[in-house]
Amino acid sequence: METLNLFIRSIFIDNMVFAFFFGMCSYIAVSKNVKTALGLGLAVTFVQTMTVPLNYLLNEYVLAPNALVEGVDLSFLSFIVFIAVIAAFVQLVEMIVEKFSPTLYNQLGIFLPLIAVNCAIMGGSLFMQQMVGAGEIRNVGESVVYGLGSGLGWWLAIVMMAAIRERLAYSHIPAALKGPGIAFIITGLMGIAFMIFSGIQL
Amino acid sequence: MASKSLKNLTAPLSGNNPVIVQILGICSALAVTVQLKPAIVMGLSVMVVTAFANLVMSILRKGVPSRIRIIVQLVVIASLVILVDQVLKAFVYDVSKQLSVYVGLIITNCIVMGRVEAFALQNKPWDSFLDGIGNGAGYGLILVIVAFFRELLGSGSLFGYPIFEKLGLYELGYANCGLMLFPPMALIIVGCIIWIHRTINTNLQEK
Repeated sequence: METLNLFIRSIFIDNMVFAFFFGMCSYIAVSKNVKTALGLGLAVTFVQTMTVPLNYLLNEYVLAPNALVEGVDLSFLSFIVFIAVIAAFVQLVEMIVEKFSPTLYNQLGIFLPLIAVNCAIMGGSLFMQQMVGAGEIRNVGESVVYGLGSGLGWWLAIVMMAAIRERLAYSHIPAALKGPGIAFIITGLMGIAFMIFSGIQL
Repeated sequence: MASKSLKNLTAPLSGNNPVIVQILGICSALAVTVQLKPAIVMGLSVMVVTAFANLVMSILRKGVPSRIRIIVQLVVIASLVILVDQVLKAFVYDVSKQLSVYVGLIITNCIVMGRVEAFALQNKPWDSFLDGIGNGAGYGLILVIVAFFRELLGSGSLFGYPIFEKLGLYELGYANCGLMLFPPMALIIVGCIIWIHRTINTNLQEK
């Protein structure tokens, strides 16, 4: 039950985009049409689901105080370790996808390398570390659930945004607001709408 | 200081602002804007990281093969961010607690990577350093503007000083706008800043 709660929470309440502004750069830049948004969203979800548990294991068995060597606290290294894991993993995924599924590679092609510097991925791992400290993530299974949930939340946000922006092409917007300006305001309004989920518990 | 260097320093403040014109680095920016103090600390941290990342990468630019440059950049940036994080923890612990994961997210802040890629790899160390300072300042400027409105309208104070209470506005029936403290309002304020900025600088408008 608690695991399900964590899942729901990471998608809707603690939504990466609306609650924490993670991954805003690519969110604003790549939400111009639904198809590319879907592709990037899926890629982010996949990478997120993989890197959060990987970083969880590293955090638990290498970085945490007394984990590797008694009396040694390596947690100050977590930034550099996390980003290295993410960059390496993205590179690996890129190579595997290119080898085994060229069609998928062509669809995701440009987005895959960009994911390494997507703040949603790094943010997911850092939040995971914080939630481990708060006792909200207690095992690998829950870290997978958190990774999947937060990835799906981001995917949902960018697809919704892309759908709205496609529609927006037909409306009259003040010239100065066109492009990023209106995108920010819409995201803000969507965030207000998402606030209705806060406090939901199963 | 030659005029070109000066331009590197001042262009990012308005005409080429990293946040509202280049749309970079919004990721981690807005969550720290509920109050002015963390916003200023965050702005300064990003300025330091951008400036030194630019400087280091500019010095290394001839020695690093372009195939592995991304990894080298990440290592340089991550080391700088670790330094900043440790300094913040040591000297302003309460602010560092408020900033929580967002300090770590400077690593993936697109401003840092973006400026290194777009500027430091082609320019001399001193110019790159100034460019980093300028972009960090441009980013900090937006953070401070957003934080100013959110703190003033949301909790009626500035730097924690209860300015509205001292002015006696509450007795006149004024109430704080609680919505300002929620994340969506930061986005809407940035949207409005872009709107005003592009109304003045018409050359930036999208056709």
